Amino acid sequence: MKEMAGVPAPGKAEDKMPTTSKRAIKTWELRLYVAGQTAKSLQAFANLKRICEEHLSGEYRIEIVDLLQNPQLAAGDQILALPTLVRKLPEPVRKIIGDLSNTERVLVGLDLQPRQLGRES
Amino acid sequence: MRSPKPETKTKTTKIISGGLPKCLTGIHGLDEITLGGLPRGRPTLVCGGAGCGKTLLGMEFLVRGATEFDEPGVCLSFEETADELASNVASLGFDLPDLIKRKKLAIDHIYLERSLIEETGEYDLEALFVRLGHAVDSIGAKRVLLDSVEALFAGLENQAVLRAELRRLFRWLKDRNLTTIVTGERGQNTLTRHGLEEYLSDCVILLDHRVTETVLTRRMRVVKYRGSTHGMNEYPFLIESDGISVLPVTSSDLKYGVSNDRISTGVPALDTMFGGDGYFRGSSILVSGTSGTGKTSLTAHFVNAACARGEKCAFFSFEESADQIMRNMRSIGIDLKRWVDKGLLYFHSVRPTTFGLEMHLVKIHKIIKEFGPSIVVVDPVTGLLHAGTTFETRSILLRLIDFLKGKQITAVMTTLTSGSNVQEQTEVDMSSLVDAWLLLRDIESGGERNRGIYILKARGVAHSNQIREFLLTRHGIELREIYLGEAGMLTGSARVTQEAKDASAALLSRQEIERKQLLLERKRKALDAQIAALQLDLETEEQESRQLIAQEKLKVANWEQDREAMATSRYASKGPHEGNGRSTSAREGRR
Repeated sequence: MKEMAGVPAPGKAEDKMPTTSKRAIKTWELRLYVAGQTAKSLQAFANLKRICEEHLSGEYRIEIVDLLQNPQLAAGDQILALPTLVRKLPEPVRKIIGDLSNTERVLVGLDLQPRQLGRES
Repeated sequence: MRSPKPETKTKTTKIISGGLPKCLTGIHGLDEITLGGLPRGRPTLVCGGAGCGKTLLGMEFLVRGATEFDEPGVCLSFEETADELASNVASLGFDLPDLIKRKKLAIDHIYLERSLIEETGEYDLEALFVRLGHAVDSIGAKRVLLDSVEALFAGLENQAVLRAELRRLFRWLKDRNLTTIVTGERGQNTLTRHGLEEYLSDCVILLDHRVTETVLTRRMRVVKYRGSTHGMNEYPFLIESDGISVLPVTSSDLKYGVSNDRISTGVPALDTMFGGDGYFRGSSILVSGTSGTGKTSLTAHFVNAACARGEKCAFFSFEESADQIMRNMRSIGIDLKRWVDKGLLYFHSVRPTTFGLEMHLVKIHKIIKEFGPSIVVVDPVTGLLHAGTTFETRSILLRLIDFLKGKQITAVMTTLTSGSNVQEQTEVDMSSLVDAWLLLRDIESGGERNRGIYILKARGVAHSNQIREFLLTRHGIELREIYLGEAGMLTGSARVTQEAKDASAALLSRQEIERKQLLLERKRKALDAQIAALQLDLETEEQESRQLIAQEKLKVANWEQDREAMATSRYASKGPHEGNGRSTSAREGRR
């Protein structure tokens, strides 16, 4: 398991109450599941990094799980599609699959942006 | 031109011996209809509606593989968790947690909640492969169950990706040489709702369950099996306490061995009607008749005789309880209880409507396998009609008879013919299936109802063609000659009366003869007396005549003497010894 924290995390989040307000959250815990260094996984990681930098202003931690090395970890988070981004904290757990190239939908998936009525194709 | 049947046979053997490797499932009957199991190293699609037993079939495939063939299995469950699966199949005696502990089985529950998943760009299902690959590697699995992969269609938005990935998955399974069962829900007009059959074309098995008159019957059909022949029909199957049992019809073979051994019917007079020796061992005997003609009693005799010889009998009763049969048979002097106590007789009494036909057949199979009888009684087979249609019943009976014949078990089946029916026709039209057919019938005459018995057919036996009257006495069944006379066929009291009449007539004529003989004697005596009297008369007359003759002779002699004396006295003659003597004799001769 590799740890790739974009910015050193300022301590653990005390408030574990599920909330959608990003201001109440100290740290975002994100986990990206990939299988090897594929084009899709590299793309996903790059996209994730960019989005986090832009929208989470450093209050996040990304953990990358390579299932080729640790296949037994896939069952825990019910991973099926790759790459999959799991938002461990704040709760509830959310999953975003794909290479995260659609920023808007990533933001919706992370609950950083309200879900739009009509999804773009 | 060869007939099609042997051709299929040779083809089958060729394939089994030659090409396609198969994987025994261990499921009763399934390996028979697929002629050796599922295609090894390939995926098989098992489809059917809800509740038809897809998951169970798949789980049994894995469990049998793990326990009987040393082939560990992986279950990717998309619907149920491992715990749920374990408790679901626990009732079949499958201990999943134990198998998991012994590394014979791995269950991975895959769950997708669409509402919690956002799709953002390109992805694949590599994690599915990773998970499956990990599970397979961890226990060295040879078998895989995907149950049911179609759940993914509800969990993922991008169907194009999903389809491509499924295609890749099935390819992957083949490459890893994993024998796989993929389950799929039956669609409207397709085998599966999402067209999985498009990707899985090696072997497709369709499960189905139907309710006919409140009785459920499960059926299985091998829709296709690439590179192999297989049973084409719909085969009924059961989910029983020890798993699935498919019941293939084995009748197409007709290869059972036969015995020349004969066994007594239990009624000596009936043995005589069967050429003196009774039934053939291993044959099927049908006893038909309207109600109350003594069918059960007749079979009880057979059972009694068999048990007395030390043979085991299984009695399947669909109308009466064991106790009732035993009580009733005691009234005709047959004690079946002692055979039950000795363990030679086993009663299985159950209402036919308790469960479906297949269940009955499986129960019978099971009991026969466990108890190992040489004689089986089904009383009555028509009872099974209540559990299914005539067609199904007939097919079940056919399979039952074949099964029994294959095991060299003598089977006696009774059938009830209703009064309105043609007597020589059974309700399930099974006459052609049996080897011997005894017909019991009522003969109504003179205001009473009597029982008659005759042998309608007996394959390979020179049998009597006579109708006999049969009586149920305190000492069992007795067969009587039926009275055939000028007044037609007489039975019961009429026969007794007629017999009495005959007896008195015979007595009368005997007396008449005696009288006549006496008369003759007397006449003879009278005539004898007459003859004696006449003889006496004759003798008297003779005597008298002789006396007269003597007197006359004397007279003549005297007269001659006198004349001579007179001549002498007159000196007319010379002397008594010269000349005159001749003339005298000459005169005498003239007289």
